[in-house]
Amino acid sequence: MLRADFLPYLLIMAGVTYLLRMVPLVFLRSKIKNRFVISFLHYIPVAVLSVMVVPAVFYASGSLLSAVIGFAVAVVFSYFEKSLVQVACLSCAAVFVTELLINL
Amino acid sequence: MKSKTGFKKGIFDGLPICIGYFSVSFAFGVFAVAQGLGVLEAALISLTNLTSAGQLAGVPIICSGGGPVELALSQLVINSRYVFMSASLSQRLDESVTLPQRFIIAFGNTDEIFAVAMSNETSLKSTYMYGLILTPVIGWTLGTLAGAVAGNVLPQIFVSALGVAIYGMLTAVVVPQVKKSRGAALCAAFAVVLGCCFEYIPPLKQVPGGFSVIISAVIAAALLAVLMPVSGEEDADAQS
Repeated sequence: MLRADFLPYLLIMAGVTYLLRMVPLVFLRSKIKNRFVISFLHYIPVAVLSVMVVPAVFYASGSLLSAVIGFAVAVVFSYFEKSLVQVACLSCAAVFVTELLINL
Repeated sequence: MKSKTGFKKGIFDGLPICIGYFSVSFAFGVFAVAQGLGVLEAALISLTNLTSAGQLAGVPIICSGGGPVELALSQLVINSRYVFMSASLSQRLDESVTLPQRFIIAFGNTDEIFAVAMSNETSLKSTYMYGLILTPVIGWTLGTLAGAVAGNVLPQIFVSALGVAIYGMLTAVVVPQVKKSRGAALCAAFAVVLGCCFEYIPPLKQVPGGFSVIISAVIAAALLAVLMPVSGEEDADAQS
């Protein structure tokens, strides 16, 4: 079932991805003391995650309008600290309903 | 021993990620088969890579018979954000976590697992991390399998609605942090403005997606680290 040349590809892909995750986690074993580095690492999660969402979310569904509405719904319910699943489902539902209405 | 509750809590916290992953990887499965991969191949990629953007970029390269260097470079660029996430996560692992355990935990440091792990107030034990990784791995792999098998049977409107699932989940992680801390809010705002520059300003549009995400995030985080440094050596999060 596997193509002959598939396994080398798989190894390269998985290997590079794993190395990127493994090297810092294994080699940074002591607590960092430098204040800038501590602060930088403190801010990196929110920076990466927010720039991964915007603007990509606007192109994640069938139309810009439904994506914007889906995202707006996600922001509102996140603000009221609903769980991850609730927010994700409500957001999908909003996109679904919007596209139903668009296609009417 | 508290280790059991650690594992169980991890499984529980990983459940929303698992569900989110199932829907997203379902879409990946549909995509991979349409590109020409087999069902088993698609599932193997998901099981071993556990990353959405990297896989989406890798499959067309594999299917077009692209070179190994091209494939390696695409993964390096798109997944370079994990270097920073792992560095950040390394500071939050409990002292009891051993070196071999770090090798295992590293495998599962995805955007969402990382985000949920970091939202814990306490230091992270290995048992908790195993649970937190296990459920999403199952969801990601089974979702890919289901998507690859279902192919294009699913009506487009469902696929379209599922497309925002992962972003809804990430939003639910980010917004509460932004609400709590002015520094985080400024950081998110800077990162998003920079990200939009890369998306919409013509010369910057040339930069591949993976690069633009990492450049925007590094600039925003560095800027905030200078403007509003967090004090304290150990628990930086408690300061925000």
